[in-house]
Amino acid sequence: MESINTTNEKNAVLQLKDVSVSYSPGKYAVKQVSADIFPHTITAIMGPSGCGKSTLLRAINRMHDLYAHIHTSGEIILKGRNVLEMEPMVVRRMAGMVFQQPNPFPTMSIYDNVLAGYSLNGIRLNRKEKEEIVEQSLKSVSLWEEVKDVMNKRGSFLSGGQQQRLCIARTLALKPEVLLMDEPTSALDPISTNKIEELLLELKQQFTIIIVTHNMSQAARISDNSMFMYLGELVEHGNTTQMFTKPRHKRTEEYLTGVFG
Amino acid sequence: MKDKIFRSLLFAAALFILLLSAAIVYALVSRSGETFQEYGFWGFVTNAEWDPRSATEEYGAFSFIMGTLYTAFFSLLLCVPFSLAVALFNGEYFKGKKISGVVRSVVDLLAGIPSIVYGLWGFYTVRPLLIELGVSAQGFSIFLSALVLAIMIIPYASSLSGEFLSMIPNNLKEGAYSLGATRLEVVQHISLPAAASGIVASYILALGRALGETMAVTMLIGNTNRIPGGLRDTGNTMASVIANQFGEADGLKLSALIAIGLLLFIITALINLIAKLVMKKLSHA
Amino acid sequence: MNQITPISFKSRKAKDKTMFFLVCLFSSLAMVPLFFIIWDVISKGYKNFNLRLFTEVTPSSMDALMATMNGDPIPGGILNGITGSLLIVGLAILFSIPLGLFIGIYLSDNRGKKFARIVSYLTDLLQGMPSIVIGIIAYAWVVKPLGGYSALAGSVALSIMMLPMIVRSTEETMKILPNAYKEAGLALGASYTNVVFKILLPSGFGGIFTGILLAISRVMGETAPLMLTALGASVVNWKVMEPTSAIPLLIWDFYNDPNLVDLIWSSSLLLLIVIFLLNWIAKIVARKWKV
Repeated sequence: MESINTTNEKNAVLQLKDVSVSYSPGKYAVKQVSADIFPHTITAIMGPSGCGKSTLLRAINRMHDLYAHIHTSGEIILKGRNVLEMEPMVVRRMAGMVFQQPNPFPTMSIYDNVLAGYSLNGIRLNRKEKEEIVEQSLKSVSLWEEVKDVMNKRGSFLSGGQQQRLCIARTLALKPEVLLMDEPTSALDPISTNKIEELLLELKQQFTIIIVTHNMSQAARISDNSMFMYLGELVEHGNTTQMFTKPRHKRTEEYLTGVFG
Repeated sequence: MKDKIFRSLLFAAALFILLLSAAIVYALVSRSGETFQEYGFWGFVTNAEWDPRSATEEYGAFSFIMGTLYTAFFSLLLCVPFSLAVALFNGEYFKGKKISGVVRSVVDLLAGIPSIVYGLWGFYTVRPLLIELGVSAQGFSIFLSALVLAIMIIPYASSLSGEFLSMIPNNLKEGAYSLGATRLEVVQHISLPAAASGIVASYILALGRALGETMAVTMLIGNTNRIPGGLRDTGNTMASVIANQFGEADGLKLSALIAIGLLLFIITALINLIAKLVMKKLSHA
Repeated sequence: MNQITPISFKSRKAKDKTMFFLVCLFSSLAMVPLFFIIWDVISKGYKNFNLRLFTEVTPSSMDALMATMNGDPIPGGILNGITGSLLIVGLAILFSIPLGLFIGIYLSDNRGKKFARIVSYLTDLLQGMPSIVIGIIAYAWVVKPLGGYSALAGSVALSIMMLPMIVRSTEETMKILPNAYKEAGLALGASYTNVVFKILLPSGFGGIFTGILLAISRVMGETAPLMLTALGASVVNWKVMEPTSAIPLLIWDFYNDPNLVDLIWSSSLLLLIVIFLLNWIAKIVARKWKV
């Protein structure tokens, strides 16, 4: 509904324009959301359960295509092109997603997991390129030192936090424009959560991150901008500090003070 | 695009099952046509005469239908106490214990023994035993084949029942125990009723298996083309008459045998359908 | 009050104990035939279970008769049956595995849809078909048009038997795989095809392979459909269009020929060993490759 641009609109790396998602005719999980996402920022999407935040996120990388009964409308402009009109596979290489449950592919080694984005897409790399990508990706998630000697092993012995970092590395290896994170730490212990939050703060120097979170304090800790959603609508969107200290809408205030959610 | 091709291949594969089933029905029906034209459907089904001699050629399926029903139902009856015991053993009394795994493996092995080996064992070991015990003069009989058949279907009857019994939630049983019930009473009043749909379905499926069994029955039933008068009589089942007489058959005889095959197909398909409906109905209760 | 309760409680306890005893007794009795059969096959079969079994073809009835009259062991073995089984089952595997995999994948991906439900029901129907009826079908579709019995006809029959089993095990295995694998693979921009072949099928390999092994062990022992299709042959045959033997077919031949009866048990022993081995390997694979 309302959106305040903190900088020039033309710099936005991702623009949501009247995005709506419906699960069945007439029933909308996301209602006409418009917002701009700026480069090298972390934007948190928060709200009570069922408010449509995950649904909105998954619309961006066309995950809803998997389910015939879900319809997405509006425009999602990524680097000048409307995501909803592009080939889903192309979109997904530009917008990478990390899920709530860490899910390294069970039949691949750690090494192969990092490169999965390439092998699955049939992109051939020579040995040198592969090693560079693996090292770079694992280093950017601070996992390199921990796994460099066991890269041929399957990822299942890693801790939950390490597995999630592996999944992030896997997504980063494709060098996406935007990183979409769907509650990436809710299945992890506090220490791992901490590590990943630190990681995200580092990563934003290279990437643009949108993170769905049900944890307000996480949003407060790491995000530059926040989007507050309620019952499918975008209630408020703006600079995080401002939103938390001087929310413009009553709903936002109620949510932040714990009246509901 | 690659995905489109792959997805159409998957769909085509699924479609193949549809086509295959239709083709099977068509093949059976079209080749039975001659027989049904000659005798009419019910005429063929109710005729107990089977005479392949060219002068007096006449074919009817009734003796074999009766033989099949006698053998299958009797074998089911014989197998109930044993398969129920195994089901209770695995699903209730020793659920989760190591010995249950052993019993289950042994019963699985029973399912793995090929029909012809059962037939050999029945012929060389069980038959002389029956003769010695005076059950029958020459051994071949409905009784002998039903006995061996009963052993063959124990695994089918017991594994699904056992699974259903083991799936009963503990809190249901604990409620009964806390009221002072004995184990038997819990089994009688709680476990068996709760698993009823699965148990009934597994027996129906075992029946289906028994109806279609060929080799062991062929070797033990005596192969006479008449309605068996009792358990000690010899006879033939639909499956065994086909196995025995298909060899050089042609013309009307071949058509009659295929017609019997069609009847067998219909019966087993109906049994399967009934089993499915039972599972659905009772599990919604 | 105190006098009534203990009596009825006693009888209830007695009934309970009896039931427990009966369950144990009948369960043990149910297992007894297995040991009898195995004992029979081993004790009667080990005598002729030698290298000749694997290297020579079946003797003619005459030769066997002469040998017995001279007090010699029956010459020959079941090489033609072994090669025949390999040929027929091998072809059946070729037909049924790709088809079964694809159908299983389709069913696991299209759960609930009407078409999928119909296909699923028909698969169950096919599974329940008596093997002799499948033999009739293969006879009608292959033997009649080709004008003769053949290994191909036998393979067609066996592949119809194997298909539903492979479909089911593939479908069940795919269903158990966490949806996250598919989503994560797709989220990396991979095509559905690649996700299936490079992530899902490898992850489900254990269950799928087990299903295939069990299907093979099931059809290895089938006699009835082969009687109507492959017929049998006294020589080693690798030609797909010719009548071919198989181990169970040979056992049936031996059973029907008084001169060859001695070979029954060694052949049965071999058959049992192969089947049990396949089952055992299937169990190991199932345990080791748990998703």
